[in-house]
Formats: sequence, structure tokens, C-alpha cells
Amino acid sequence: MQNFIRNLAQENDFQATRLLKILRAVQAKYLHIPKQAIEQLALMLNVPRTQIQNVVAFYSFFHFEPRGKYDILISSSITDLMVGQEELINYFAEKLGVKIGEVRADGVVSLANTSCSGMCDQSLAGLVNGYAITKLTKPRIDEIVENVNKQLPLENWSQNLFDVQDNILKPDLLLNQKTTQGEAINTTFARGLMQTLDEVEKSGLRGRGGAGYTTAWKWKFCHEEQADQRYIVCNADEGEPGTFKDRVILNSYADSVFEGMTVAAAIIGATQGFIYLRGEYLHLHEKLEAILQARRDANLLGKNILQHGFDFDIEICLGAGAYICGEESALIESLEGKAGIPRNRPPYPVVSGYLNKPTSVNNVETFLAAANIAIHGGEWFANFGTAKSKGTKILSISGDCAKPGIYEYPFGVTAQTILNDCGASDVLGVQVGGPSGTFISNDEFERKIAFEDLATGGSFIIFNNSRNILDIVHNFSHFFAHESCGFCTPCRVGTSLLKKQVDKIVEGHGSAGDIVALEELCQIIKNYSHCGLGQTAANPVLTTLERYPEIYQKMLKKISYEPGFDLDKSLEIARRMANRDDAHAHLAQVED
Amino acid sequence: MNKTIVIDGKVIPFQDGQTIMEAAAEAGIYIAHLCHNPQFTPHGSCKLCTVKVNGRNCSACTFPASEGQNITNISKELNDDREKITQMLFVEGNHFCPSCEKTGNCNLQAVAYHLGMTDNHFPHFFENREVDASHPDVMIDHNRCIFCTLCVRASQEVDSKNVFAISGRGLEKRLVVNSESGLLKDSDLDVNDCAAHICPTGAILIKRTGYKVPIGQRIFDHAHIDTVTLANEGASHDE
Repeated sequence: MQNFIRNLAQENDFQATRLLKILRAVQAKYLHIPKQAIEQLALMLNVPRTQIQNVVAFYSFFHFEPRGKYDILISSSITDLMVGQEELINYFAEKLGVKIGEVRADGVVSLANTSCSGMCDQSLAGLVNGYAITKLTKPRIDEIVENVNKQLPLENWSQNLFDVQDNILKPDLLLNQKTTQGEAINTTFARGLMQTLDEVEKSGLRGRGGAGYTTAWKWKFCHEEQADQRYIVCNADEGEPGTFKDRVILNSYADSVFEGMTVAAAIIGATQGFIYLRGEYLHLHEKLEAILQARRDANLLGKNILQHGFDFDIEICLGAGAYICGEESALIESLEGKAGIPRNRPPYPVVSGYLNKPTSVNNVETFLAAANIAIHGGEWFANFGTAKSKGTKILSISGDCAKPGIYEYPFGVTAQTILNDCGASDVLGVQVGGPSGTFISNDEFERKIAFEDLATGGSFIIFNNSRNILDIVHNFSHFFAHESCGFCTPCRVGTSLLKKQVDKIVEGHGSAGDIVALEELCQIIKNYSHCGLGQTAANPVLTTLERYPEIYQKMLKKISYEPGFDLDKSLEIARRMANRDDAHAHLAQVED
Repeated sequence: MNKTIVIDGKVIPFQDGQTIMEAAAEAGIYIAHLCHNPQFTPHGSCKLCTVKVNGRNCSACTFPASEGQNITNISKELNDDREKITQMLFVEGNHFCPSCEKTGNCNLQAVAYHLGMTDNHFPHFFENREVDASHPDVMIDHNRCIFCTLCVRASQEVDSKNVFAISGRGLEKRLVVNSESGLLKDSDLDVNDCAAHICPTGAILIKRTGYKVPIGQRIFDHAHIDTVTLANEGASHDE
């Protein structure tokens, strides 16, 4: 092991910023991060062992105890539950002979749940040793079980288990563009860098991750900051449940994204760029590396790009299972080899980002749009959309509809139009923007996708009338409690309290005061949390409580007080120990 | 001309680079806090010091003061919410004041009294947390840790060591010790280190000193946390 670690550290230039990359390799080889590896790496990278320990503890894909040789994770997002995730994972567990969350006694296989893996249009999805598997059905699960029990190497598994579809069902402005390599870079330099920045400003392009900050301003501030180095970062940590458009863009439009990054780098004056790819998209890694290499070979990256006297290169950094790293300052911490904990602001990343240098973090789709704007000009883009939301939005559509997949629309499109296009009927409501967004009911389908109405990073999950609102809220509140980084009190404690409070009501133990308590808790989390995760973590409850108060009310017992747990069930251990099961050893939930 | 901000209607001066908390402390205004101590880099995690700056919630300990800020520090809404946040800290860990040797000297307890907290409001987590009594002079009771990182920062910034860190995600967060065994006895912590004395709760205690000052004669038995804090922290800025 010592040699392996030494070589690994050396390959990574002993840079602590590459800690996630190094630990991914250690995890893959030893199925966990051995204590000895932490000690050795602390010395070689010259960081405290506690930093490494923290990184291992923080990210879902690192483990202190060995996982199975085949580590299988099953996505447990709402869209997975809608295709029977619970039954299928139980079936999987039974066939494998392993308990969910555990490693089989022979060490060959482990099975666990994971947060949304970004395959919501081809659920049930999962990961085997980090590689995406899709459309899991009982026959496909049987096939995997057989492969595992035979200990067949992953490369000998049937490739269609790993088949990931693009499902681009409605391309528009951006997805219809066929650009040639170098076109955006050449047009940018021909027009002038600042002139191109003006075009980006004219285009009205706003951040496509959901927050909607004006892209040109971000670049301008970054450019204007005095510094000897600046960085450009592509946020491909697409973790919002229900979002998968960045996966498709990177699979089929990566050249344009890299071109957009290159243009942005030229404008702000960066020579180094990063693409922070969520760990769940490991299957794209090799392909993207090959595209980067081809671009280097074609002088589209590297020194003196296309003879414009400009140097720039892009490094891919893989995440390791942490939703919070989609938040730009948490992403930067992660790039630096640390746990993804959002920073205090100010200073903002454009002033002090990666290694405290000015850094512009933009979404994958933003770079795709920027590359096209660089070619076609700002007006071309601004002709589409609404007054405050220019251009088009690429949506990831999943849930109860005939044709889930990728749809691109000019901003201002109504929810109803989208529902018609994707073949959704008998619709109860739509979760727009993922759990952190808004739930709209079927009275609101004339509302528009736009920053001024329904802002979304791209997630659009459809629920038909057979679905239960509380199941959705239950899933989302568990998600946030699991993904809270734990930095600030209101989110760390609050999201777990919220999970408990939702459970209490959903399980039928709520009574008169519990909805008031629920709402009060939501307000604390929303108003006092440190970052966007916490500030939006209560949205699933707040947006559904506002629309369907009667659904919550119906779950409450008609009494003034109800214990938050099953009293009689809690006595089970005591009964067993006392070897009693008579009437006096049981308690009614409520005094008569 | 002096630059000024307004806190609860009172005009107070500030210097460029000062946070709202620093300007307030100098002006004799107490803003409730637990993770802040003017000796160290601000952290901004407990969120007790949240104030409304022109209507928007900001952490006073990290947010820079600037001209034109109209700040609300005391209001029923803010105080009620601070109480809730404090209650969150109480239910997250295992805080039993009557049996804790820090009682009367504990900032968490004193802040709770200051905010008028009379119960824990939220259901308890009853987390199973451990005690590290391995060190000859100092012990850690993880049941009482609130992840304020004061010990982490004290060790780095004052002691020039790196004894403590916070590790893990969400509710799984734990204070960890930088030693191969993970035990305090194997770290380079010395009983005289600032980090050994900075804990605002009873999570890090000096052994054999717990009852040297009898209950009834302790800091907060006779004074409120606002006056104690301003006397300590307000003064340190004037020096």
C-alpha cells in the first residue's frame, strides 16, 4: 500500500488540492480509505490528518470501513420511488443476500441507497463501483446478481446495463446548433474580448444553475479584480434531484461547453479552468478527457491557442457524492481538496475564489449558451425569451409522462405547454426546480418558466393524481437532512428536526399543534441558514402546505396531544426482557 | 468624518474592515453569539448573531459594516428565533446543566437564560456521543460540543498548533483530535493552551478544577452574558 500511495501522491504532484482525486483512487483500490493511507497522505501532502479524515467523512463515496468489491448504490429520489424503488431494492437485497446499507459477509458486494443519480428519465438507476446503471428491472437485477456472484469483471458485463440515453426530445436554439471547433474562440478574438463581453451582456444571459445571476457581470467583476491569476470553473455538479440536462450537454455538446469556458477564460484573463463533474457522472469522465486531449492536439487548449497569444487549459475534477458542492463556494472548497462547506460572503468568489483568487463559477448550460452567443452575437440570443429571462432553457423532464427527457424552450413557456409536449395527463402537480424549487398545483399550469415566475435550474418532475403529496415531501425532507453540510445550526439541526416532524405527521402521529410547529420550524431554517441549501430546504413543505393544507390536516389526530412515536412499539424490548405479554405490558397510544 | 451605521436606532461609528459585530461591541452594544470570539477569525456558523441589515438577515460576526446600514438587533422576532436556534443546540447534543461542571460559567446556558429560554421546545436527538478522558489534564465530553470551532481556531491561531478539527457531514459532525489514535492524550495539547480554555460549553474541561469555584459564585450567577461579554470583548477592541 505504501508504494501505491507514494506513486499516487507523486502523480498528483503532492498537491493537497487533488485530495479528492487521490482518495477516489484509494477508495477504488482498497474499497475504503485505510487509516494507514490517511497517515501517509497527511505527511506526503503536508496537510493535517484531520483534513483528510474530514474529507473521507464528508463525502458519501468515501468510507472508513471497506465496501464490497462490487459496491452497488441505488438512487432513491422521488422519481425512483415512483417506479417502485423500494420493492426493487428489496428484491436486489434478497437476491444478493445482503442487507441494504451493509456489506455481504464474503465482502464481495455491498448495497445502499444514494441521492438522485441524475438518470430520472431512465429510472430505476444506480451505480456500480461508481458507474451508472439504468432502467433497472427484475430481469436486469437478476443479471447483475449473476455477474456479481460470478465475480465477473465490470468490463465483461453486458454493456447495455450501462447504457445511458440522451433522450433529447425537443431541441431548440442551443441544442440545434452544430458548431465547428474553434469557431467561438476565433469569432471572440476577431471581435475583441471586451466587445464579446458586451455581446454576452446584450444577450441577457443569466446563470443556468437556477440562481440567475447575470453572466456578463460575473465575468466583468472577475476581470476587473486585481490579481496575478484568475480561474474559470464549470459547475457540473448537477445534484438537484430531477436534473440531468448537464449530463446530456456534456455527453453530446462538450466541445461547445469547453469552447464557452475558453472564451470566458480569455475574457476574464484566466489561464486555468476546472470542470467539477459530479461523482455520479463517472461514466462521462473518460470521454471528456479524450475530448480535452483532442482539443489540446488541435491547439484549442494549451499554449498560444489558435495563435491568439492566449494560454488556457482545463482539468476535470470529480466529486464524491455531496449535493452541497453544487453551491459555488462549497464547490471551490471541494476543488481545493476540502469538505464542501459554503464560505462566508463577502468576499464573493469573483473576488476571492479558488486559492483565494478571482474565480468565475458558471453552469454547464451557461457555457454552452455563451459559446453560441460568442458566435452569433447577443441579439441572436436576446430575441428569444421574456423581458427578464432571455434565451432558452434546457429542461430535464421526468415523472409521470409518456416521454421523459430533455426539452429546450424559450423562456416564458407555460407549464401546460410542456405537459402537453411530454405527454402528461391527469396531472396533480409539478415540482419545478427540484426539491429546492416550487411545487405547483394543477391550478397553476399557465405559469411560465422564467426567472420572474418559475425559476428553475432545469428540474421538472411531473406527478399524476395517483401520487401522494406527503410521499413527495417525505422524500425531499429526508434528502435535505442527508445532504446538509452541517456548518450552521439552523440547517444542521433544523433539517433533521424537519425530517422528524414530517415523519411524525406522515406516520399519523401528528396532533393539533403539529402543523404550526412544522411551519415555524420551516421559517427558522429558511430565514437563518447560511447558504442556499438551507434557505430552500423547507420549500417542499412550505409550497405544499400553502396549496394543500387539508392534506396535512387530514393526517392529524383529533386530540390535543399525540406522542411523536409509537408508544406500544417502544415497549417491545421491555416486554421481551421481562418475558411478558399480558394486557398490563401494553400501552394505548392515547389515554381514553 | 466618521463613517456610521445604525443599530436599533442608535448611530454608531465604524472603521473600514470592521464587521457589524466589532463595531457594535466597541459601541457597547451586545449582539448574542456563541461561535464568535474577537480573538479569532470569525466563523459565522451558530447564526445566533443574525441581525437584519436593511431588512435582510446577515451574520453580524462576518458581515462587514458599511455606510447606510440600518440594522435591527433587538426585536421580538429576532429574539424568538435566536431562542429557537439555541434550543436546536440543546436538543442536538446532550446538555444537562444541573449535572454539568460548567454550569454558571457556560455561555450556552447563559445565552439561553439571556434569551428567556425555559424549555427545549424541540424533540431531543439523544445522540450517543463519547467522552475522551485520555489526556492527563484535559477532557472532552462530546455530548456538549456545539461545533463552534473556537477550540479549532484557538489552537491554530493562538497556540500555533492544530489539535482540533470538525469532521463529518450534517448531524454526523464531530470534534476530532489531530493524533494518530484520535485520542487527546496523543495530541500535542498542553493544559495551558488557549484551546483548552476557550470552550463556551462544557465540552472541553480542565480536569480537577470543576468545582474550585462553588456553584452560586460563578460568572453568570451574578451577571448577565451581555455585560460580561461587553466587558471582555468590547474592551479587547479598545486596546
